[in-house]
Amino acid sequence: MPKIRKTKVEFEGRIEEREVIVEEEHVETWPRGATLRLVGKPTPRVDGVARVSGRALYTHDVQLPRMLIGRFLRSPHPHARIKAVDSAKAEALPGVALVWHRYHPAPIATLEGREIFPEEVAYEGAEVAFVAARDDRTAEDALALINVTYELLPFAFDLESATAEDAPKVLLDEGNWVSREGDVYQRGDVGTGLGDADEVVELTFTTPIASHCCLETHGSAASWEGDQVTVWHSTQSVFGTRSSVADALGIPMDKVRVISDYIGGGFGSKWGAEPYTLMAILAARETRRPVKAVLGREEEHLAAGYRPGSWQRVRLGAREDGTLTLIEHDAKVATGAFGGGGPVIGGPSKDLYACPNVRTVVRTSRTNADHARAFRAPGYVEGTFALEGAMDALAHKLGMDPLTLRMKNYAEMSPSRGGPYTFKGLRQAYEMGAERFGWSRAVPTDLPNGQGPWRRGRGIASQIWGGGGGPPANAIVRLLPDGTAELSVGVQDIGTGTKTVLTQVAAEELGLPLEAVRCIIGDTLPAPYGPGSGGSVTLASTTPAVRSACREVLRQVIALAAVMLGLEDASVDDFDVERGDIVYRKDPDRRLAFARVTAKMGDYTIVAKGARGPNPDDKAVNTFGAHFAEVAVNVETGQLRVERIVAVHDIGRVVNPLTATSQVYGGVMMGVGYATTEERIIDPATGLQLTANLEDYKVPLVTDTPAIEVLFVDVADTEANSVGSKGLGEPPIIPVAAAIANAVFDAVGVRVTDLPITPDRLLALLSRASNAGFSKEVE
Amino acid sequence: MTMPFRGPAAVPLVLHVNGEDFHVFVEPRRTLLSVLREELGLTGAKLGCGHGQCGACTVILDGETAYACLTLAIDCEDREIRTIEGLMRGDSLHPVQEALIAHDGYQCGFCTPGQVMSAVSLLEHNPRPTDDEIREGMAGNVCRCGAYPNIIASVAAAAELMAAEGD
Repeated sequence: MPKIRKTKVEFEGRIEEREVIVEEEHVETWPRGATLRLVGKPTPRVDGVARVSGRALYTHDVQLPRMLIGRFLRSPHPHARIKAVDSAKAEALPGVALVWHRYHPAPIATLEGREIFPEEVAYEGAEVAFVAARDDRTAEDALALINVTYELLPFAFDLESATAEDAPKVLLDEGNWVSREGDVYQRGDVGTGLGDADEVVELTFTTPIASHCCLETHGSAASWEGDQVTVWHSTQSVFGTRSSVADALGIPMDKVRVISDYIGGGFGSKWGAEPYTLMAILAARETRRPVKAVLGREEEHLAAGYRPGSWQRVRLGAREDGTLTLIEHDAKVATGAFGGGGPVIGGPSKDLYACPNVRTVVRTSRTNADHARAFRAPGYVEGTFALEGAMDALAHKLGMDPLTLRMKNYAEMSPSRGGPYTFKGLRQAYEMGAERFGWSRAVPTDLPNGQGPWRRGRGIASQIWGGGGGPPANAIVRLLPDGTAELSVGVQDIGTGTKTVLTQVAAEELGLPLEAVRCIIGDTLPAPYGPGSGGSVTLASTTPAVRSACREVLRQVIALAAVMLGLEDASVDDFDVERGDIVYRKDPDRRLAFARVTAKMGDYTIVAKGARGPNPDDKAVNTFGAHFAEVAVNVETGQLRVERIVAVHDIGRVVNPLTATSQVYGGVMMGVGYATTEERIIDPATGLQLTANLEDYKVPLVTDTPAIEVLFVDVADTEANSVGSKGLGEPPIIPVAAAIANAVFDAVGVRVTDLPITPDRLLALLSRASNAGFSKEVE
Repeated sequence: MTMPFRGPAAVPLVLHVNGEDFHVFVEPRRTLLSVLREELGLTGAKLGCGHGQCGACTVILDGETAYACLTLAIDCEDREIRTIEGLMRGDSLHPVQEALIAHDGYQCGFCTPGQVMSAVSLLEHNPRPTDDEIREGMAGNVCRCGAYPNIIASVAAAAELMAAEGD
């Protein structure tokens, strides 16, 4: 029976207590070292053939009879007032079905309380008009025929210009500060920490604006049948999209079906209904034809989110022996014209080290840009770069090994929550990584192109993240008469391999081969609620629900088997399931093959629902990791080569080592891009993006791939949930930039505090260091 | 009311795709990618960027990889066009496809059809590529998920598979 319970759930650095309905059948946790048949084995993806054959259908690929294409006209100015829109010529163009804008609005003109076509446009790329036409060429021709009269307004393109005295107003009716006093966390006392310190380091860091660059740009398609709408949406949350569509249209949820079968990347940027979603839905209703609206690559840079840039100052104090007495972390971010609170940049400083005196502040300002969005470990990527860079500087100042300093300040208990962790494997991660990397050995000298101008160095950085997941999350399992099973979960696979791990867990629990379980996800129609794929929660939230549903299926099968074995009076608990047999525990000779029971079912389908249970009340559930980086720096050209990364992560039990390793590869590559090449550049004179394409915004290529070695602590976190696993989507990007920057310091003695570490930045720092008397001791 | 200059009207065209002839009637400004996806329903090749930077639209044109997003359809008459859809023989996968599955050489899969076509072309030109040659040969295909280590491993494994098949 469902019960209402309170449970604490962590999401991207914020902990909230939720009242949730839980109905998890008690499922025994798989113990550490349990012998499992499928879980823990490298398993190629169950949908691999669809992915390699071009048959996988993404939102971009939706093509329906008579479908129209929707496109937006977008503001070419960072801040302007729209005085007039003349769309007569566009409307007259053959093949154009409709044109909507401020003066000819769609039937619904707001989304989440914001006007879709406001008078005041506050960023380059803001929606100005929408066209639906028979194909994309006609739609583009129509856009070119729309005349807009803009009154240009002053703009603030970055944090500095938005927070200066007399800064232009980002929005005419709002102050530029979203939070001037900031989001503050404090424990102990900064003054005490400073007084207790023998050594203090203080460093200022900046991090760039980073674009998600999902290869599948954001998009939706919509088709109505009567009063019901089907929405294909490239999203990390089909259920979140269903709610937001129903809200926006003011229609009941049962009239909305959301499908997201294959998703071409999300990384935090793809959630609920967006202006293109709502316009496609409304245009489809208006024209009685399906409508698809997807963004172009430039629009993706302008209007689909980004990781905000940051300014950060970190002050650390420590005793001579390395014991931290103080962590002070001040951050400022700019989150766009409609930015909400900033990301949790102070998260790592709160929790990575045992330190009695900690104060973190994150101040948030508006800028004339689209709103910032979550991007793979939001806040923690930025905050870890600063904290772990400062820790490295502190280690050098104290004359301590950077790894020793981290071990010295190891937090056995959760510093911010005060209580214990369900499991913390960071110490093991440090030890395994140091061993594999050869941390204690000398820096290898076989440098590229001989010694010449190349210098090699090594650095480390560590990481904490959530990923414990929690309720609500449900699963439905149907056992069919031929002994195969259908598993239905309301999640989506954004590329992490979700479908495969869900299949593994169900097949494991049911005692079936992997091929006998079909997993259906990415569709709100067949599935009960499942969480969005964010915060690294998917696996830890849903796999326990799958186990729970499978247990319930087995109970029903056992009840049938009991009758067939003439054991009507026996309790369900008197039976075990062993290698495809139902076995009576008191007399193991009385057994019945699973398949014989299902064969008896005729046309009957066993259906069972399972739910995720609550999180442990008084313990923190977190993931941890340590990265070791080796780099080579050319002191003449400023060229930086990331040569090797050893990445060790504690995520509890590893369900699929093959796809888990892929997640780490992906996080490391994205971290390498963030550290070395990726940066949104905005022209101060015009406030326009100069990098709104994949030529100038430099994502990593295969040629940038270092040697990456992936290790897992792989100890089941048996107190976290019944599977013993935690999430991995975000952790592997977190420590990458810090580890690389620390390795650069080790190589050439300059500390790069501004990302990305481009050749021009490195050269400028090297020449400054050289003028100041080149020395590794200079801090 | 004056209409904008819209370029020449649609023209008839025969495209030879995966061994089959397709008769289409398209405007000269249409890209090969748009015709493959919208007229022929071959949605394997993707539009990732539209400016030849990501490689998601990669097809093989007369034996060489081409960005279908930068190729005009009218330039493709009398040419041999191969797309991801023509790669499997019945239910059997091409060795590159097999290797990608075995080595998890993808994540979200959106770039995968382009990666597959680049790998197929690379191995047709150079059946035994070195690690550096694989990196160079695959450098025109962005994988934002960062599956690169597994893509390199997959291409190397596919070369082995193809060599074994050829023996």
